[in-house]
Amino acid sequence: MAAMSAEAATLPAERLELERVRDGLVLKLKGAWRLTEGVASPQGLFERDELAAKPDRLKVDASALAAWDSALIVFLLDLKKGCDGAGIPLDLSGLPDGARRLVDLALAVPEREGARRSDRIAGFVETLGREVQGALKSAGEMLEFLGESLIALARAATGRARFRMSDMYLVLQECGPGALPIATLISFLVGVILGFVGLVQLAQFGADIFVANLVAVAMVREMGGMMVGIIMAGRTGAAFAAQLGTMNVNDEIAAFRTVGIPPVEFLVLPRMLALIFAIPLLTIYANVVGMLGGSAVTIALSDVSLLQYYTQTVGSVDLVDWASGLFKATIYGVIIAISGCLRGMQCKKSAAAVGDAATSAVVTAIVLIIVAEAVLTVIYQVLGI
Amino acid sequence: MTEQQATVSADLEPPGTTSAPSAEAPIVVEDVTMAFGDFVVQRGLNFTVKRGDVFIIMGGSGCGKSTVMRALIGMQAPAEGRVWFEGQNLWEIDETARQLLLQRCGVVFQSGGIWSSMTLAENIGLTLGEYTDLKPKEILEVARLKLALVGLAGFEDYYPSEISGGMQRRAGVARALALDPEILFFDEPSAGLDPISSRRLDELILELRDSLGATIIVVTHELASIFTIASNSVVLDPDTKTQIATGDPKWLREHSDNRAVREFLNRGEET
Repeated sequence: MAAMSAEAATLPAERLELERVRDGLVLKLKGAWRLTEGVASPQGLFERDELAAKPDRLKVDASALAAWDSALIVFLLDLKKGCDGAGIPLDLSGLPDGARRLVDLALAVPEREGARRSDRIAGFVETLGREVQGALKSAGEMLEFLGESLIALARAATGRARFRMSDMYLVLQECGPGALPIATLISFLVGVILGFVGLVQLAQFGADIFVANLVAVAMVREMGGMMVGIIMAGRTGAAFAAQLGTMNVNDEIAAFRTVGIPPVEFLVLPRMLALIFAIPLLTIYANVVGMLGGSAVTIALSDVSLLQYYTQTVGSVDLVDWASGLFKATIYGVIIAISGCLRGMQCKKSAAAVGDAATSAVVTAIVLIIVAEAVLTVIYQVLGI
Repeated sequence: MTEQQATVSADLEPPGTTSAPSAEAPIVVEDVTMAFGDFVVQRGLNFTVKRGDVFIIMGGSGCGKSTVMRALIGMQAPAEGRVWFEGQNLWEIDETARQLLLQRCGVVFQSGGIWSSMTLAENIGLTLGEYTDLKPKEILEVARLKLALVGLAGFEDYYPSEISGGMQRRAGVARALALDPEILFFDEPSAGLDPISSRRLDELILELRDSLGATIIVVTHELASIFTIASNSVVLDPDTKTQIATGDPKWLREHSDNRAVREFLNRGEET
């Protein structure tokens, strides 16, 4: 019998030995085959002449095996695959009982046909096509959900919608008074920034007093509603998505459907109504706080008095300005509620998906708020508002 | 009854006795009380898990089976008593030593507990990457093996949300097998599974015991599974908050002195 050491890098000689015997070849496993020593591949073995000559059988001999774990089983499965491919009968009877059973167990359930995912990387055109397809599908779902929500809103207006007022009050509490601290901070700082930037420019022309106009018009018509919208998108929209997403994971939304209660009415409507009520009120509050921020900077850094600032502010904005700003804010409320609830109800059934739904709700709401802001500004311009 | 089960039956210990920690007994529970603050879940627990056992912790709903298991897997310290794990008092050694010891265990949680943000291969590969020096390709090979062992060959790239509940449970087993554990814990493995999936899981548990030589501890109250896989058990009582029997469930069903045990193992019917 000629003993030959396997040479491939993946087959260390101290762990493997190939011997010719009368009825084929014997592969002698030696030493410890553990994950801590790495996983060996039998690839190099099949490049050897002895195996290329297709012996009658390849018998695995484990009499010199010191220790083993999954590393050995991975090697044996690869070896079996290689032998099957090369048409060499593999004899595993020399293995420890446990190892042989594990090999059998691993091969007991054949891979399900079509289960394995393709490694193919999609080309640019295919990827683009899929993205466009996805965007169109998402837009369609958004429109469908908007339609369902507006129908639910109409049913609520006629007193036919099924939802609990207590749910709405709860959401109203969370997204109204609960948002006051953050709304105060952000609005005041926005007012301060507007006031400071305006003062630096207008002071050059001795027009310090017009900072009051700038801050009041900017807050009332644009910034107040938009800042509240962005705050609420991050705070409340994300919370809606996470709440409904978790309910979806727990099949609570499916349970509503099975008992014939439309989830859009029972879950979305109270949230939407709460935001429709809360956001205009928060916007009025944010506008006033923003103006206070602007006045603080102006009074501190110029000769304008508090009374002058107040008088100038009152004269600079009228009811149309307030109404136009509050109308925008109401639209933002609808956008935030729909984005949050839609992403929550679309949530897949996993913990990661709930996080994705919350993120997606915030991104969707902020993008749509900016788009709505631009569209409404143009419409106001055309209408001369 | 298999030869192995017959041997176990012959070695039955009376309730309340405990073997001293030894090489044959990887886990010994000694006078353990489990509690949440002042609320006692179980008290005075004494049982021994022998190497190669499929040991069942069973009892009615709410009796604290899973809480007891948490003490064995290093997740909740007992209020009183000692848990001997491979000869060491699990709750007296320092945290590092406890973690080293617990690396020799695999735990399959009730819902599988597989990480939803990772593929099945990544779920298995995470611990391999953490505790071995294997290269990514080798880790994938081992992950493939583990999935093949539980009948999920080809599902390496799937996320948990893309497979069924039974497959998730098996993926949980594959992950628990990642580091070739000597002791495997299962928390309610059959809960929510159809009878065929449940039977397959039972067969898998026995196969893992026989092929890996692992000691297996199962928390369950599924009688069909218990009588299929168990070689030894402890029965916990929710009313007295104590263990009321230890031994081979098949033997206890017929011969236990305790009527509650016989009723439990006969689905409420007295024999």
